[in-house]
Amino acid sequence: MSDEKNVSRRDILKLGSAGVIGLAGSYLLNTIPGLTPAIKAATPGGNKHDNMNHGNMSTDLSKSEGYLMAEKLLTTFDYGKVSTLPSGQILREYDVVAIDKEIEIAKGIKFPGWTYNGTIPGPTFRCTEGDLLRFHFTNSGSHPHSIHFHGFHPPEMDGLDPIYPGQKFTYEFEANPYGLQVYHCHVLPLARHIHKGLYGNFIIDPKKPREPALELNMVMNGYDLDLDGENELYTVNGYANAFMNHPIKIKKNQLVRIYLSNLTEFDLLNSFHLHAVFFTYYPTGRNDNPSQFTDTIMQCQGERGIIEVRFPYKGKYMFHAHVSEFAELGWMGFFEVE
Amino acid sequence: MKVKWLISGLIPLLLLVVVVAWVMINGAGIEKDPAAPIEVLNIERINTTHNGFELSISNTGPDSIKIAQVIVDDSLWNFSVSPTETFKRFEEGVVTINYPWVQGDPHVIKIITENGIITEGEITAATLTPERTLSNFLNYGFIGFYVGVVPITLGLLWYPFMKRFSRKWINAILALTVGLLLFLFIGTLSDGFEIGAEAPMVLQGNMVVILGALLTFILLIGFDQYQQKKLQKKAYSPLNIALLMAVGIGLHNFGEGLAIGTSFSLGEAALGTFLIIGFTLHNITEGIGIAAPLLKMKPRIRDFVLLGIIAGSPAILGTWFGGFIFSPILGALFLGIGAGAILQVIYVITKMLINDHKKHSEPTVSWLNFSGFTIGLLIMYLTAFFVKY
Repeated sequence: MSDEKNVSRRDILKLGSAGVIGLAGSYLLNTIPGLTPAIKAATPGGNKHDNMNHGNMSTDLSKSEGYLMAEKLLTTFDYGKVSTLPSGQILREYDVVAIDKEIEIAKGIKFPGWTYNGTIPGPTFRCTEGDLLRFHFTNSGSHPHSIHFHGFHPPEMDGLDPIYPGQKFTYEFEANPYGLQVYHCHVLPLARHIHKGLYGNFIIDPKKPREPALELNMVMNGYDLDLDGENELYTVNGYANAFMNHPIKIKKNQLVRIYLSNLTEFDLLNSFHLHAVFFTYYPTGRNDNPSQFTDTIMQCQGERGIIEVRFPYKGKYMFHAHVSEFAELGWMGFFEVE
Repeated sequence: MKVKWLISGLIPLLLLVVVVAWVMINGAGIEKDPAAPIEVLNIERINTTHNGFELSISNTGPDSIKIAQVIVDDSLWNFSVSPTETFKRFEEGVVTINYPWVQGDPHVIKIITENGIITEGEITAATLTPERTLSNFLNYGFIGFYVGVVPITLGLLWYPFMKRFSRKWINAILALTVGLLLFLFIGTLSDGFEIGAEAPMVLQGNMVVILGALLTFILLIGFDQYQQKKLQKKAYSPLNIALLMAVGIGLHNFGEGLAIGTSFSLGEAALGTFLIIGFTLHNITEGIGIAAPLLKMKPRIRDFVLLGIIAGSPAILGTWFGGFIFSPILGALFLGIGAGAILQVIYVITKMLINDHKKHSEPTVSWLNFSGFTIGLLIMYLTAFFVKY
């Protein structure tokens, strides 16, 4: 560095002028998007969201395995193997098998379920008040299970004793009282056994038959995928948005009777809301219970009831949980009235 | 003979192939399906667009992954995936979600795979991800200029003032520089770990930081020794030290730019202009540090320009990289390299200080030096209040 030049103060000031250029740039900083965020947040209509996709109507018309399960559960009732006893009493015998099975609970998502007869919810058992019922239960699952029915029965038929894998047990009792009941596994830990899928509806028809109607079975439930004690998905009949993409077909003015129960684990309540029309709700399916004429009812876990409704106009009627979160996580559907 | 020798090298290799093949065919005797499916889906970046969100994702788990559903803010939402819904190991892709996001609001996106495994991505405060337009590019460049070039140039301006110092005072300034650099070293490392932790597990971000730092440190020391041997010089050239320091600080500033660019583009930096002023104050000391070794020589003006550019402009590159591209693993690597370079400068200056005091039969840790060192650390610590939030 023979020809090196000493740095004079003036040179140093020249260097500093770089900083002055920078100062000029500070005016530009205010225009950077990231620098002034929070204020705009509360301004309604201020942003370009008009162009954004607010509707989220899914147009998936494929009938996957999970949807077919939900559709089948909607209208299939298991009346059992019927015979008449010497006393004249009707005997109904049902085969129930607990099976570990992966269930498609939303398009593409498999849930490692514990099931009765391979579906979540389990089959809808149906009988008439006073019938003698025999549920031949086989546990083919990997854990002890049982069936605990709601209704009248001797305490030893209450389903508190676990039936171990590979074992069988026959629950026998008389069908009483009439109404909509539920059944579920009652082995501890209870929350885990129920949440895994061991539950379903159990209909005891009154001796005097109800008015003929289009009868639909609906069990509200939720699924906790990461086992953190919170549900990620909510459904009716086990498959998210089942009747959203495949509306339930109904005739105008036809009487529709819905057997609705709530077996959602982890959340305190679930609800049912029907658009554009009112329905009559009979708690626990009893005509002698005070009924409600409304468009929204709520059920706690294990609560159930019968909904009767007629649709006066043609078109699509939405129904969903009026807990918006549940609705948007899969518990939404349509009736299509023709 | 040579053949025999080659064969002796091949035998263990062949045996290894046999063992691996045997295990692949017959299993290792611990055959068991994992208790739960192991899936590792990485959400590497979430871009917020006019229409919704674009998530860059990759599969770094052991098996392929199939994406089944997307939940945005507790609502099942429509989405599309490119190239396909199934991701093989190490495959990357983009999930596009049309969603009416709200400016400034947090949004949570959950991706659910076929096996019900949930990967969550979070947007702390939604704001439009800066598009790659010229004006945005210039704006981000300006932030980097502010955080890097401006303070360092200002710091270098103290040179004439410091030039009048006596030898002992110059040494105290060097000790102060060591304090500054030590703080920067630790800061750079911890920034590196922070960014490295965001990288996919399989790439071991933290290890990349450490390896980057160690290898850079050793490489620079080796390079230094080689140069000294070549030039037959015993002492370090002050300009070389300043240059090395500029490189190390430059990489550190790259990291700072990276952090600023990323947080601005993700809408996380709410402090805006205040943050920029903070960084300017914080980094001014870096200029002093770079000027310190030059006090014993007569530098040219262009040396200062060069040093200012080397140490400061990487901040501009950093804001661009953080704002428009951003890859955690590359960020971790750069910060690791920066830490290594800073450590090497600490080593060189300390050695220089010790040698100088030995030559004059003085203790190295004099009160003056100790005070300098402490003040260096404290300046960095206190000015960092402006940029930590």
